[in-house]
Amino acid sequence: MDIIWNSLRELITPTTAAYALAAIGLNVHFGFTGLLNFGQAGFVAIGAYGFAISVMTFGFSTPLAIAVTLVLAAGYALLLGVPTLRLRADYLAIVTIAAAEIIRFALNSSAFAKWTGGANGLYNEYSGWLKGSNPYPSGVVTVGPWTFGSNDLWIATVDWLVVLLTAGAIYLLVRSPWGRVLKGIREDEHAMLSLGKNVNLYKLQALVIGGVIGAAAGILYVQPTSVQPFDFATRMTFNMYTMLILGGAATVFGPILGSMIFWVVMRFTDELVNLGVDGGLFDNVTQGSQLRFVLVGVALVLLVVFRPQGILGNRTELSFDAK
Amino acid sequence: MPSKRDPILVADRVHRHFAGVTAVDVDHVEMPRGKITALIGPNGAGKTTFFNLLTGFDKPQTGAWSFEGKPIAGLAPWQVARRGMVRTFQLTKVLGRLTVLENMLLGSKNQRGERLLPFFWRKQERSDSARALEILERFKLGAKAHDYAASLSGGQRKLLEMARAIMNEPSLVMLDEPMAGVNPALTQSLLHHIKDLKNQGMTVLFVEHDMHMVRYVADWVIVMAEGRIIAEGVPGEVLSSTAVVDAYLGAHHDTDLRELVREMEA
Ligand SMILES: Nc1ncnc2c1ncn2[C@@H]1O[C@H](COP(=O)(O)OP(=O)(O)O)[C@@H](O)[C@H]1O
Ligand SMILES: [Mg+2]
Repeated sequence: MDIIWNSLRELITPTTAAYALAAIGLNVHFGFTGLLNFGQAGFVAIGAYGFAISVMTFGFSTPLAIAVTLVLAAGYALLLGVPTLRLRADYLAIVTIAAAEIIRFALNSSAFAKWTGGANGLYNEYSGWLKGSNPYPSGVVTVGPWTFGSNDLWIATVDWLVVLLTAGAIYLLVRSPWGRVLKGIREDEHAMLSLGKNVNLYKLQALVIGGVIGAAAGILYVQPTSVQPFDFATRMTFNMYTMLILGGAATVFGPILGSMIFWVVMRFTDELVNLGVDGGLFDNVTQGSQLRFVLVGVALVLLVVFRPQGILGNRTELSFDAK
Repeated sequence: MPSKRDPILVADRVHRHFAGVTAVDVDHVEMPRGKITALIGPNGAGKTTFFNLLTGFDKPQTGAWSFEGKPIAGLAPWQVARRGMVRTFQLTKVLGRLTVLENMLLGSKNQRGERLLPFFWRKQERSDSARALEILERFKLGAKAHDYAASLSGGQRKLLEMARAIMNEPSLVMLDEPMAGVNPALTQSLLHHIKDLKNQGMTVLFVEHDMHMVRYVADWVIVMAEGRIIAEGVPGEVLSSTAVVDAYLGAHHDTDLRELVREMEA
C-alpha cells in the first residue's frame, strides 16, 4: 500500500507543478499554434538561472528578480523567433533545440562559474523571500495520507496556485478569437494570410507567451532545490512532450494531468524497482532503473495505441490527421 | 489595350519565371470595377501564378500593380487581404480541425478579440456568427456549421472557402477555380451567388474552365496562354475569337474543348 500512496504523493509535489506549468507553455506553442519548440528546457533554464542569479549575484528583491527573469525570457523568445518564424517550421525546431543546448553548455562551463556555479550549479540562497512568507506551522505537516516539510508544502501551494491561475488565463485566451487565430495558423498558414491575419506576429506572440510561462516554471522548479545545469537537458523538453501527449495536447488541463500521470508513473516504477532490488530481483539499482524506463515506454505505447488523443483530447479531431 | 474607366486593379510588366520557364509575362492588364471578370486559359497558362503574384503569395522578377489606385506590389499577403483583395485557392485550404463556423469567423475583419484581448469580443462575435450562419445558409452549409471542416467533401470545401472569403467583406474577390469539384446540382446556385456578389458592390475575378459558366456570369473575359494575356473583351466576342480557340487546342485536347469549338461554330 505504501507504494501506492508514495506514488500518488507525486500528484501535488512542486516538481509536478513546475513541469505542468512548463508543459502549459509548450502547449501554447505546439498544441495550439503548431510551433515545434524542441527547446522548452532552454526557457526553463533561463527562468531558473535568471532568477537565482538576479537574487544571489545582483541582490534583487524577489519581485524584481521575477520581473527581470520573465523579461529576459521574452527577449530570448524574440531572439529565436524573429529570424526563424517566417521560415519553414523545421527551422524553429532546429534553432530552439540548439539554443537550449548552447545555454546548458554555457551554464555548465567554468567560464561563467562566478555567476552560474558551473557544473556544480547554485546552492539555494534565493528562496528566502518565499520561505519567509510561509504561513504553515514549522516542522512536518500532515496532509491526508502524506507528510510534507512545512516549506515544501508552502512552495507546493504557491506553485499550484500559479499553475491554476495560468491555466485560467490560457483558458480565456484560447477560447477568445486570438486563440482561434492560433489554431487557424496550426491548420493552414496560407489560409490565414489570405484572410488578412499577420501570421508571423501571432506566432511570435505565441512563442513569447509560451516561453515566458516556461521561464516562470523554471523559477518554481528551483524553489525547493538547488539549481543543477544537468536538469535542463533535452530530455526535459521531451518529458514535457510526453506529458502533452499523455494528457491531451491543445486542451487546457491536458498538460497538468499529463504531468501528474507522468510523475506518478515515474515514482511508481521507481518504487517497484526498489522492491525488486530489495527482493534480490536485480543485482543493483542501475539495472532496475533501466527496467523502469522500459515500463514507462510500454505504458506510453499502450496509451498511444488505445487512446492516441491523450486522456483529455478529442478523438474526432485526431481522426482527421490521417487524411 | 484600351483603358477601362476606373479599374479596381491595374498591373504592368509582371514577369515571373521559374528556372527558365516563364510562368507569367503580363504586359498590362486592368480589372473593371464592379464587374465579374473571368480569367481563362489552358492548364499551365499561369493563372494561379498570376493570382499568387497579385496577392503577395509569390514575388515576381519584375512588375508593378496597384489596387484601388494605390501600389501594392511587395506587400505581404495579409496586408493585401486587409486592403480588400481576398483570394481563394485552387487547392482548397480549409482549417480542418476547426468547425465550419469557426472557419467563417476567422474570415471576420477587425475582431478585437484577435488582438490578445481575453474579453470584450462577445458582442461582435454574436453579430459575426449571425452573419456567418446566414452566408453558410446561402451556400447550403448551414447544417454543417458545427461539424469539423475536415469532414466536408471536396466540393463543400470549395464552397466553404468562398463563403469564408466573402465573410471578409472584400472589395475584390479572386476565386481560383471555384466550381471545380462542386456538385453540379450546386453550380447553378453558385453562379447565382457570384452574380449576387456583384449586386452587393463587389468586384469578382474568377478562373474557370467551363465556358458555359463563363458566358453565363462574366461581364469581361481575359484569356491567358503561356503566361501572356492573348485576348480580352466581352464573352461573346472573346470566346469566338480564333486566337482563343487556338490557345486552348494548342495546349491540350480534351473533349470539353472540342465541345467548346463546336459550340462556337454553331
Ligand atoms: N512553384 C513553381 N515552381 C516551378 N514551376 C512552377 C511553379 N508554379 C507554377 N509553375 C509553372 O508555371 C506555369 C504556370 O502554372 P500555373 O500558374 O499553375 O497555371 P494555371 O493555374 O494557369 O494552370 C506552369 O508551367 C507551372 O509548371
Ligand atoms: Mg491553376
